[in-house]
Amino acid sequence: MGRNKPEEKALKIVVTSVLVDDQEKALQFYTNVLGFVKKEDIPMGGPRWLTVVSPQDPNGTELLLEPDAHPAAKPFKDAMVADGIPYTSFGVDDIQAEFERLKGAGVQFTQEPAAMGPVTTAVFDDTCGNLIQIAQRA
Amino acid sequence: MFKALADPTRRAILDELQERNGQTLFELCVRLMSRHGLGSSRQAISQHLDVLEAAGLVITRREGRYKFHDLDTAPLRAITDRWVATSQRRKR
Repeated sequence: MGRNKPEEKALKIVVTSVLVDDQEKALQFYTNVLGFVKKEDIPMGGPRWLTVVSPQDPNGTELLLEPDAHPAAKPFKDAMVADGIPYTSFGVDDIQAEFERLKGAGVQFTQEPAAMGPVTTAVFDDTCGNLIQIAQRA
Repeated sequence: MFKALADPTRRAILDELQERNGQTLFELCVRLMSRHGLGSSRQAISQHLDVLEAAGLVITRREGRYKFHDLDTAPLRAITDRWVATSQRRKR
């Protein structure tokens, strides 16, 4: 049975991940371009446990920049990108301003901001093999 | 071409491409769902696009790793040339 009362202890989403082709390149893009800040960086003998967080919510959900070394990852990512499907979605307060800022920073968009019912969304390339959606709730 | 236009989902696809050319399959699917209440599967929309492409109304363009769909209204001009333009000439 589900827990209905918010005060009851429920599972929390602490970490979510995005599969990247190069962790260092991903760190540069997700911090310097997108504006997240590095939270954890733990050597794991080759790959790192590398996470970023939003500066607005440093104790919030972490995004793990996870290596896409598994052979199944690349065909999956390529198929998603070919059909324009974003791997994940981030929230923004002002999508038009964010779109202009990222475009000015050289980010390539596959979908410019468009109203989709109660949200306005846009989709860009994270340079690490994924498309990412940004969304503003009306 | 008339078969391609006979389907309401395919006409909605053309409406959305008319508003913005160069859409990915994902953008088209989200637009059809959020604006037209058409919850067709991605595969179904992809098949509709194949029909529109065969009729020459949609052109698929690969750009690096992305795939975009453009509207081409040239085949529709054949309709206006055959009926609309002729009847307008007669009115004059």
